[in-house]
Amino acid sequence: MDPFLFLLLAAIAVICALNLVVQTHPISSALSLVGVMGSLAILYLLLGAEFIAAAQMIVYAGAIMVLFIFVIMLLNAQGERLTRRGAYVKIFGVPLMALFLGLVAFVIQAALPRSEMVHFGGFTHGGPADIGRSLFTQYLLPFEVVSVLILIAIVGAIVLARKEID
Amino acid sequence: MNFYLLTLIKVAVVAGVFLTALAYLQWIERKVLAHIQLRPGPYRVGPHGLLQPLADVIKLITKEGFIPSHVNRFFYTLAPVLAVSLALVSISVLPFGPRIEVFGIETWMQLTDLKIGVLFVLAVSAVGVYGVALAGWASNNKYSLIGGLRSSAQMISYELPYAVAIAAPLLLLNTLSFREIVNAQSGYYFGFLPRWTIFQGPFPQIISFLIFLIAGFAETNRIPFDLPEAENELVAGYHTEYASMMFASFFMAEYANMLTVSLVATLMFLGGWNAPLPLPVSGFIPTVILVLVAAICFYHGAQPYRKWDRFTFPAAGIISLGLAAIFLVPILQPILLPLFWFIAKAGILLFVFIWIRGTLPRFRYDQLMHFAWTFLFPVAMLNLLVTGLMVALFGK
Repeated sequence: MDPFLFLLLAAIAVICALNLVVQTHPISSALSLVGVMGSLAILYLLLGAEFIAAAQMIVYAGAIMVLFIFVIMLLNAQGERLTRRGAYVKIFGVPLMALFLGLVAFVIQAALPRSEMVHFGGFTHGGPADIGRSLFTQYLLPFEVVSVLILIAIVGAIVLARKEID
Repeated sequence: MNFYLLTLIKVAVVAGVFLTALAYLQWIERKVLAHIQLRPGPYRVGPHGLLQPLADVIKLITKEGFIPSHVNRFFYTLAPVLAVSLALVSISVLPFGPRIEVFGIETWMQLTDLKIGVLFVLAVSAVGVYGVALAGWASNNKYSLIGGLRSSAQMISYELPYAVAIAAPLLLLNTLSFREIVNAQSGYYFGFLPRWTIFQGPFPQIISFLIFLIAGFAETNRIPFDLPEAENELVAGYHTEYASMMFASFFMAEYANMLTVSLVATLMFLGGWNAPLPLPVSGFIPTVILVLVAAICFYHGAQPYRKWDRFTFPAAGIISLGLAAIFLVPILQPILLPLFWFIAKAGILLFVFIWIRGTLPRFRYDQLMHFAWTFLFPVAMLNLLVTGLMVALFGK
């Protein structure tokens, strides 16, 4: 059952990700991204990381992507035309892609040699209480630094978007 | 009993009751609105228009499902499906009553209890906006588009106070599972004041209850926050281009969301199925209410206003007397009393939804945003901070 569920959800995620790149209309791409996030959330949930799964749906699929779609709708972005590809792309595209994927696979193999296969339900420390405890004890400093970083980003966005008023 | 068989039976019962409740919620809304405006409301189909929902469903199914030529076909058909399925899915984690025993089988009156039930409901309601936003965009119509835009902006804005208002009682209850949330609210202070979160120490959650309700109105696009379908500016908003069952799915989604918000508010703030008074007293309340209803029916039957009232009112009176007797049967009490309190609380909240629709005018769009960001969210945040402080100082 485990490999079947994993392969199903992973396949959905990959297909949605490919669709994101292939689609020419921004709304279709954005919704494919929602599909990727949804299937990843289910994978997290099956792995026992309940809180991460819910946060993924609430924050990414729920808030951030709705904002994306809002902006796309507001700007009334139309479908983009595909530009014609040059000769170099046609010749070198597929081999370079294969090389890149091979490199990624090699790096993962080298970094994690002989990692054990995880099982759904094997990990049970993904509840909200566990996440909260580790965020406020072991990872307190990174957590607070990230919040300051986000604050800076918000202030920066406001400064950049502000109209000059004399 | 077999787990799968039991679950299938429960799913069938819950789905059947829920969908019927949705259909009749619309009848109740039309009746209540009509009485607020001093008119009789639906009256022709069945006694007091009771078969009106059935007639509406038949009408909507048999209408032509027309797809306009200028729409984005894929997203146009996807949007109502998304809207209605996401609206219906939350019910699967909400409990309706305690553990009960029917024919020797023990089970919870709930489909499934997630450890992160509250987060699940939040996630589903956060994703639920896609149905409305996509419908508005895919219709390729300026009114629909503005409706969809308003809806997504409104949902993002009100999602924050909504979630923060839920977070505050969670600090008191210390769990995310709905079953444990209700259990943590059982018992009474001084023997009469229920330990519901709106009364529970160290910091009663009345403020977050009100914020949750207000944000819930906005999340479900109800008046006074129904800007996405404001009919006097946007024709019908995001569902202008829809007809037949596709149109009906948006309606079902709206009522299902309304029901979900009421049920979640009941579970989180009003103690779920816990009675407002300790047992020996509260056990008789349903009977007393039903006997009173029967008495009123008999009184009106004795002084008929219309000629058939002489038969219909006594019949209704006899039915409510029968129900009153059923509530006194000791074997049925552990099942019926929690259900009664749960339905009564949720019903009162649903009535408030309809009552406000009959009372308040619609916000202007800038007022809506201003209200969310400069009033509701800061108050919700402040309430959360004070609750956290009180729990840290005086909590268990």
